[in-house]
Amino acid sequence: MHPAASVIFFTTASGAGYGLLFLLGLAGAGGLVPAGLGLGLTGLALALGLITAGLLASTFHLGHPERAWRAMSQWRSSWLSREGLAAVVTYLPAGLFAIGWVCLGRTDGVWAVLGLLAALGAVVTVACTGMIYASLATIRQWRHPLTVPVYLAIALYTGGLWMALLTAVFGGEAGVFLWLTVAAGIAVAALKLAYWRSVDTGAPAATAGTATGLGGLGRVRLLEAPTTSRNYVMREMGYRIARKHARKLRVIAGGLGIGLALALLLAAAAVGTASVAVPMLLLAALAGSAGAVVERWLFFAEATHVVTTYYGAEAA
Amino acid sequence: MTSLPAATAGTKKLGLVIDLDICVGCHACAVNCKEWNAGGHSAPLTDWNAYSGTESAGDGIDDAGAWGVWFNRIHTYEAGDGAEGRTVHFPRSCLHCETPACVTVCPTGASYKREEDGIVLVNADLCIGCKLCSWACPYGAREYDHADGVMKKCTLCIDRIYNENLEEIDRVPACVSTCPVGARHFGDLGDPDSAVSTLVAERGGYDLMPEMGYRPVNKYLPPRPQKKTCGATGAPSRLEQLAAEAADAVPQGGASGTGTAATTGGKLLAWVDAVLSR
Repeated sequence: MHPAASVIFFTTASGAGYGLLFLLGLAGAGGLVPAGLGLGLTGLALALGLITAGLLASTFHLGHPERAWRAMSQWRSSWLSREGLAAVVTYLPAGLFAIGWVCLGRTDGVWAVLGLLAALGAVVTVACTGMIYASLATIRQWRHPLTVPVYLAIALYTGGLWMALLTAVFGGEAGVFLWLTVAAGIAVAALKLAYWRSVDTGAPAATAGTATGLGGLGRVRLLEAPTTSRNYVMREMGYRIARKHARKLRVIAGGLGIGLALALLLAAAAVGTASVAVPMLLLAALAGSAGAVVERWLFFAEATHVVTTYYGAEAA
Repeated sequence: MTSLPAATAGTKKLGLVIDLDICVGCHACAVNCKEWNAGGHSAPLTDWNAYSGTESAGDGIDDAGAWGVWFNRIHTYEAGDGAEGRTVHFPRSCLHCETPACVTVCPTGASYKREEDGIVLVNADLCIGCKLCSWACPYGAREYDHADGVMKKCTLCIDRIYNENLEEIDRVPACVSTCPVGARHFGDLGDPDSAVSTLVAERGGYDLMPEMGYRPVNKYLPPRPQKKTCGATGAPSRLEQLAAEAADAVPQGGASGTGTAATTGGKLLAWVDAVLSR
């Protein structure tokens, strides 16, 4: 699949934003952080800013962005519609929770309930994003039981990296979030390794034989393509990445996003003093985010669509 | 509504039956499809670099070749090897599936499946151009028009088949009307007694990629088995006889002239031939 920059930015930025919103909602409701202006303003502005930037970016790849509001109408059948609806609905408790925290200095009582609702909305939205991909029978690397868990885990991990930094700066149970993020990072690594092992050895969803129905005659191969140049289907669905490059990028995603980021987190935990730990945590958040972008690029680039079997692929 | 209409017995299922035994891969159906639809319901079907050049469609992918929106594409495959191998021309278009995920994934309700005849259409006024339907289609039937910013697809020539301004014989999809060899058939596949349903039953018509579970309405008729023996025309024995006669007729040591030139009658014929050839 063609890795479109707008969709990669959308899913990684809004993923991190929802991860951070989830943690802020729980932390505020649970009293793990002070209901102070610094953390409330910075944290919720960052979370809602990442979410909003991501959602706006996702409209850039639309042919008619001005009609984007229509995308909320078909929630009965469409995961994309459910995602849009969940994203918009989540703004309501998140916005009220932000008002309580930033303007009133309150995260208890009814404000705590709003925080929990915002956290719930964040989980539902990211799960819907994952389901958009996991529901497509045409792409075996996406229709995979680990697609949604990986989306959720990466959102929690990248959100946790920012939460660890924010609590180190503004106070609160910094240790809790640091170690939670370490655990989330290990979970992401484990899930992603299991996912890659599975898709690398997985059976194809279709072959040129079943696509044409000519498999009974023997091996089917393309003699003449419909056109000499690449049409929309080939441009959008026919993206191919060399296995050699994919391996390298997997190592980069893991080394940068998990290896380097976790090493920085552990180093920050070891030094303890804020003036040294905070820059380390900032670097960890940036490295983790960069790793998530590479991972998401690979999620698209390594996905093979069954339509490619009409255009010369033996299987997909 | 992107929820699918409830299928009931006797529901009309308009579609195509494509005969892979007959198709000669001439692309006439694709050309007439483009011709009709570039001025019909889905017009225009934009082309890029149609007269060479390097226009960008704005999708971040650059190549200079001519390309554009087509609803019908003709592939040619080789199947099998050696003497068992076949060359099969393979037209591919929307199969108007009974359970099309391209419709259910649509977030806006632009994609829909008609209850009355099962045709899958896009309402261009509602489409936001998210392209998700094209990702959901296993058959590559949907093509995005970068100029219009909406998804386009085969309409089964809905503006022909119900068009009362056309003579009744012309109320078939453009691809069907133009096929010079009669490899394309149009009709109601929901009616087990229709001509197309009978054809499918007789010839073992099949679904493409049935493992996807989309239940295509369009069916493909397989190439008929190859003939491996010839009829009893006596041809081989006659050839043997001619070869024997030819061997006898060659003059000893003479390399010039034809085999029959050695005889008197042959010389006469050769002279006549030479005179007439002047």
